[in-house]
Parts: sequence; C-alpha cells; structure tokens
Amino acid sequence: MTIHTVSGPSRALSRRTILRAGAAAGGGLLLGFYAPFADAAAANTSGAAPSDGGPFAPDAFIRVDRAGKVTLIMPQVEMGQGVYTSLSMILAEELDAAFATVAVEAAPPSDALYGNPMFGIQATGNSNSVRAFWKKLRQAGAGARAILIEAAALQWKVDPASCTASDSEVIHPPTGRKLGYGALADAAAKLTPPANPPLKNPKDFKLIGKPLRRLDTQDKVNGKALYGIDMLPPGVKFAAIAACPVFGGKVAHVNDSAATAMPGVRQIVVLSDLVAVVGDHFWAAKQGLEALDITWNDGPNAHVNSAQIRKDIKAASEHEGAVAKSRGDVEKALKGGDPIEAHYEVPFLSHAPMEPMNCTVHVRPDGCDVWVGTQVCARAQAIAARVTGLPLEKVTVHNQLIGGGFGRRLDVDGIEKSVRVAQKVDGPVKVVWTREEDIRHDFYRPIYYDRITATLKDGRIDGWKHRVTGSSIMARWFPLGFQHGVDIDGVDSAIDEPYDIPNMRVEFLRHEPPAVPTGFWRGVGPNNNVFAIESFIDELARKAGKDPLDFRLAMLGKTPRLKTALELAAKKAHWGDPLPPRVGRGIAAQISFASFIATIAEVEVDREGEVRLRRITCAVDTGIAVNPDTIVAQLQGGLVFGVTAALYGEITIDKGRVQQSNFNNYRMLRIDQTPPIDVHLIKSGEAPGGIGETGTTAGPPAVRNAIYAATGIALRRLPIDREVLAGRKQP
Amino acid sequence: MIKLQINGQVREVDVVEDTPLLWVLRDVLGLTGTKFGCGIAQCGACTVHVDGKAVRSCLLAVGAIGNRAVTTIEAVGQTPAGARVQKAWLDLEVVQCGYCQSGQIMSAAALLAATPHPDDSDIDAAMAGNICRCGTYVRIRAAIKKAAGERQA
Ligand code: FES
Ligand code: FES
Repeated sequence: MTIHTVSGPSRALSRRTILRAGAAAGGGLLLGFYAPFADAAAANTSGAAPSDGGPFAPDAFIRVDRAGKVTLIMPQVEMGQGVYTSLSMILAEELDAAFATVAVEAAPPSDALYGNPMFGIQATGNSNSVRAFWKKLRQAGAGARAILIEAAALQWKVDPASCTASDSEVIHPPTGRKLGYGALADAAAKLTPPANPPLKNPKDFKLIGKPLRRLDTQDKVNGKALYGIDMLPPGVKFAAIAACPVFGGKVAHVNDSAATAMPGVRQIVVLSDLVAVVGDHFWAAKQGLEALDITWNDGPNAHVNSAQIRKDIKAASEHEGAVAKSRGDVEKALKGGDPIEAHYEVPFLSHAPMEPMNCTVHVRPDGCDVWVGTQVCARAQAIAARVTGLPLEKVTVHNQLIGGGFGRRLDVDGIEKSVRVAQKVDGPVKVVWTREEDIRHDFYRPIYYDRITATLKDGRIDGWKHRVTGSSIMARWFPLGFQHGVDIDGVDSAIDEPYDIPNMRVEFLRHEPPAVPTGFWRGVGPNNNVFAIESFIDELARKAGKDPLDFRLAMLGKTPRLKTALELAAKKAHWGDPLPPRVGRGIAAQISFASFIATIAEVEVDREGEVRLRRITCAVDTGIAVNPDTIVAQLQGGLVFGVTAALYGEITIDKGRVQQSNFNNYRMLRIDQTPPIDVHLIKSGEAPGGIGETGTTAGPPAVRNAIYAATGIALRRLPIDREVLAGRKQP
Repeated sequence: MIKLQINGQVREVDVVEDTPLLWVLRDVLGLTGTKFGCGIAQCGACTVHVDGKAVRSCLLAVGAIGNRAVTTIEAVGQTPAGARVQKAWLDLEVVQCGYCQSGQIMSAAALLAATPHPDDSDIDAAMAGNICRCGTYVRIRAAIKKAAGERQA
C-alpha cells in the first residue's frame, strides 16, 4: 500500500458525469467519471486530454497499470476517520482487486470530477464520505471489472459470462485460464464500460464488513507520515502570524526595530489586518513576532462580550422562527395539556485540532504552489487564485494528511492569509499558527439557544414545539442549505427526531452573533439538537413518572432500528442495576447522519461538583459496516470529543477578544479521565450511514442525563457548571 | 555551533542556545516526526527521549542538552520498548489522524522501558500529559498493556 499526493490543474465544471475508460499515460487502464457535455473550451484551458465526448481527466478515478497495481484517486481527505481504507475497500470489493495492491492518491482540486455527490463540491464533511461515494465507487469498480473481464474473454474467445474475477485476476473456470489485471489493462482501456454494471449482492462481499487494517497508519507510528505542517520545500522559510486580537480589527502601527535585530529573523510582513514575521525557523519567527511593538486599531467590535451575546440570543429566541417541520396540530395539543417548557444553551467552541492551522505557499509571477491539509481542495485552489490573481490552473494545491479536521479545515481563511503573506516573501514560506493564534482566530461552533415546549398525554408526548435559535453556517458556507429562513444543518436531528409525537413543530430562527465567525464543528447541528432534545426527554420522563428508558422505548414505534439499539445499549450497560449514591446512568438516543445510536453514560458526581466518567456504552446501527473496527474507533473518539465539550468546552469573548488561548485554559479530556467505552455494532443490510460525528453528538446528553440521574439537577447549559452541581449556585 | 546527539548521530546546528529542541528537530534538521501542538508543555505532541526519559521538546533549550542522547520517533523503533509499542499501536489500530501519536508512542515507550508492567495508574501518570484530540485513549491504554504483555513472548 502506498499513499502519495498528486496535484494538478483544475478541471472543467459539469454536473453530469458518466463512467468512461481510457488509456493511462504510460500505459494501462484509466477509469473515470467524465462530463460528456462540458464546455470543450474548458478542456483546452484545463490542460485535460482532448477526447471525442468532452474533457477526460488525466488522473480520473481509478488507474490499473501494466503491473496490475490499482490506484484510487481519493476524492476525500484522510483526517483519521479511516476514509482512505473504507473507500478503497468499496472500490476493491466491486473490482475484485487484491486489496493489498490498492494504492491511494489524493485527488487534485476539481469540484466537477471529485465533487462529493452529496454536496456537489469537493468537500469532506458531514460524516458522509462512505454514504456519498458508496454507489459511485461501487459502480466504478464494477465497471472496471466488467471491461477487464471483457478484455480477457476477447483474448480467449470465450463468453464474458463464463469468466469471473478474483484478487486482480480474470479467471475462466471451465479451462482454468487466468490473466492478471495488469496484462489486460491496455486492452480494457479500449473498451466501453457498461452503463449500469451489476453490483454485488451484499452477501457475496469479501472485503466489506471485515475489520481490515487501516492503510494510513504504518507511517503514523514511525514519524514518516507528512502533514501540511511538515512540508519543507527547498529554501522554505518559516512565518509566525498575528491577527488583531479583536475580531475585525486592523493594524494601526508596527515598530519592528527590536524584532529585526533578532537572530534568525529575516523579514517583517505588515498587512492591513495581520502581521507576520519570517525567520529561519519557526522559533525565530515567533520570537520576532513577540518582539514587535504592534498597535492595533480594534475597530467596531471592541465591546463585544459573551454576557451580552447570551442575553441577545435569549431575547431573539422569543420571536417566531421559520417553520422547518410541522405535523398534526401543535397549538391545539399545547393548549389542551399542561405545557412544560425548558430552554437549553450551548456555547461557542474552538476546534483545536492537534495540528495547528498552517499553510506553506510559494508565490511566483507565473504560478503558485500551496501545501496544506484541507477538507475543501477546490476551494483552497480558488482562494489562492483569487488572492494572487492567477488563473486557477496556475495554482497547484498539494493536499496533505490532516492532523485533525473536525470542520476547521472546511474553511480556507488560513490559506487566504498565508497566500497574502507569501506574496510578500521571496521563495516558499510556511505559515504556522501558534496554538494561541489558532484558538483565538477560529470559525467557532456557534452558540445556540433552544426552546422546547411539550405536553404529555397518558404518559407519552402529545405536543412538541422546538425552536432552534442561532447562527446559520450554511448561509455563509453553502447558501443552498439556507432556504426560507431554515438552515438545514441547524435543524438536523430535530426535524427527524425519532419519537412518535403526533403534534410537533420545529422552527429555526437565524440569529448571528456580532463579530464572532461561526463554522462547522464536528457533530454540527445535531450536537445542539440532540443535546436539547435528549435532555428534555429525560425531564419529561421524570414529569411523567416514568423510567427514562421505558419512556423512550414506548415512543420508538416508528423507529425500530433505534429501538433495537437502545435495548441493546441498556442491556450492555446493565440499565436498572443498583448504583452507589451520587452515581447515575443517562441515555442519549438519536438518529444522526443516517445512523441510529443509543448511548448510556455512567457518571459519579462528587460534593465539589466534579464529574467522573465511569463507563460509556454505545450501540449503533449504521447500516452495512464497511470497516467495522474503524466505526468502533470513530465512536470511541467521537464520544471523547463530545464529552470533552460537555465537561470543559467553552470559548468566551470579552472586549471583542477570545479569552482562551491554549490547552491550559481550553481544556481537553485526558487519558486519566477517560472511562472504558464499549461500542456494540448491530448487523444490518441497510445502506451505510455516517459515523464520524455521531459519537460527538451522543456524548454530551448522555453525560448530562447521567448527572441528572445522579443528582436530580437538570443542567440546561453546556459545559456543565460545577458550582451548580456542588450546590453553590442555582441552575 | 551547538553539538547534539540525535538518534545516534552527532549533529551540529547554528542556532541560539535557548532555541527549543522541537524547532531545531523540525525546521533545522528536517526531523518532522516530532510534532508541535501547544508550545507550553500542555499536550505532549513534541515528546522525545533524552537519555531514555520522556521530555517535552517544546520547552527544552538546545543549549541545555549537552552530551545527553536524544531519541526521536524516527528512531524509537530501534529500542526494544519502542518497537513493541509501535507494533501494539498497529495491532490494535490506535491511530486516527495520527498527529499526536508520535508523542504518545514516545511517552509509552519511555514508560515501558522504566516500568515493564505498568498498571492503570502508572499508565495514567505517564500518559496524562499527552492529549489526543481524536480521542484514542481507550486504545492507547489497551495497546500499552499489550506491548507490556508481549515482552516475555
Ligand atoms: S508542543 Fe510541547 S507539549 Fe505541546
Ligand atoms: S490521533 Fe488525532 S490527535 Fe491523536
């Protein structure tokens, strides 16, 4: 297995694509989805190989070389979620390729050729890599297999139907003849793949469903794996940057006399909104930056503070929102009963991936190279082109392994800043964010304020009104996702809450915080919604005098997959077994990213309000589990990510500045606080669901409800407030 | 010029004495396996061995190292404990994004070299300085135990 990155010019844009075979440069078979009606002029400017039907990507999707090596041009980025392996498995399954020989190359920027089918742009996010490419990759693999078989059958002068394939060989069982894919690649390149190649019956899967070793891990245990931050193009210099600590502020004046005299400092770059120091190594640059005397013009946001932001969003949430979903007659149901209302709130959060933001750029008069780990490769190319004024095809993006994305690298602000700095520097420059700069200049998970009102009838929910108030990230990032006042991410897991509720309405109310940029954060909209809904469900269960498990199970008739998951989790967590004082178990049940997940946390709360996690148990039905061990790992890690936020995560603003700066005051869960986490996969034949973010959404409500069970205190805001749990403050 | 013993080789670097080892490794010598995470000894991503002990290289001035032997992730596989840890890491699929794992492996290898059969509290004490944002802690604990168990094999 080899993984390397390729880069290339941009491709023509087109929405319609069909599978097509061709000859690879240097021999062998190339298979790709190409755009039959794309503008022919685009082919010329993009440098793509001309062909009769339109532009055809030189890199395409799949290559089979004359030695039989299969290469998948990987549209999705690897950031630890195991996507290089799971997508390779899907391809190899239908191609009947020997898995050990499959290589992966990172795709070059192209929304048209490598766009995520669920977004229409090249993006890795929303836990949808497997879901989005499931069908496309299976078709590509099956199409390649079909022409390889056809090529062999032609050579042997036999019926293709009498041939089969296995381990990168075509076999003719009646005569025992075999030909390797490498020997067939050139001949197959001249054939046309079938429009709708038959796909395997899942019961015949040989790879999918097996817990296979990850392909990207070997070099991650010996220091060889290269992330964006590890790029060292010849002659590279190193830069540390500082943007105005106040959001939106500008540089007023810089006195650099002390900095320029420092050893290893090469250059000071002063731009309108940021300052960079370029040095022989990052330490020199950082020391130089600290020695600068910078006067900032704070601008209009110097008064922004968290207390006011929280007051404002609460006040805003009293207004009606846009209706995202409505069923039955909610007003009548709420009037007819004794409404119970609760409000929930979640704070701003920084992503803080272990690999701080960074980007290496070489700007030349005739071109630009960008080395970076990005979740949006084509957008990275576009922003560099825009800043430099170069045509797209003159910008080469070398996408690298990502040391944690979590949504942070769906934005290209870091690339934009780095290119602007690099424009002033002769030769390549690597711009690295200090952790402090990384935490203080993020696109933050927005603060949300949720109001839910419900009525009970015969121990079940009868009416349900849920209003989500908060930022619309979609409106900025993907405007199609914000229509008629509803942000589809903002109401995700709220409009499709799993319970049998006859009368319900879900509203979204867009309310942007002043100055604070907001962005996608692992778990996205469902994080907020599952927290609010599952917290409230527990409170309703108590009002109804029911056990939280029974209360939920009785209302999961329309969602049998979640019901099964919840029953399994309850059994594995020994739900109902007696516990010591101040220890409780809490449930979170959710449909998110098309997976069905039940989680039970067991926690202990001490007299000081400190929470100790004792165990987390999780049962999941995510459809066909492509690589089961990766799914378990993603849930374990996702739960840690979510629980970290529940216990510690909060970004606060004062005087227009983020108050947190590093891991000493923006705390992370550590190994000594991490409990055993048991994940149970439920066998399923359904199409695969998303998994990378589901644990993150599950952790906080499960922990919150366990605290509720242990103490009777109904926390309604994250992170948990230890003063409240210690009885020193009202909830 | 400062002389350093790194991975069994003598390296000379032309930097000021208070430059942290981390940046000399990464930016001057090109040994990028050692990672930057926080710069203030909070995350462990930069962990290396100095005479076999786990040390945060982001706060270790190169001028203070002297003749002591520095080992980085690139060479830890040549030590018995390091090799066992790397193998256990792969066997149990510990790694996710991988960015923290150089530091995790260095901390774990130092732990096993000093304490061949660590219990849970030994593991907590040795590993609590290493943050993993991907949340691989459950597997890190299991892999350390596995690496310890395979010692006799
Ligand atoms: S970079 Fe040294 S401990 Fe974080
Ligand atoms: S594996 Fe990603 S930070 Fe640890």
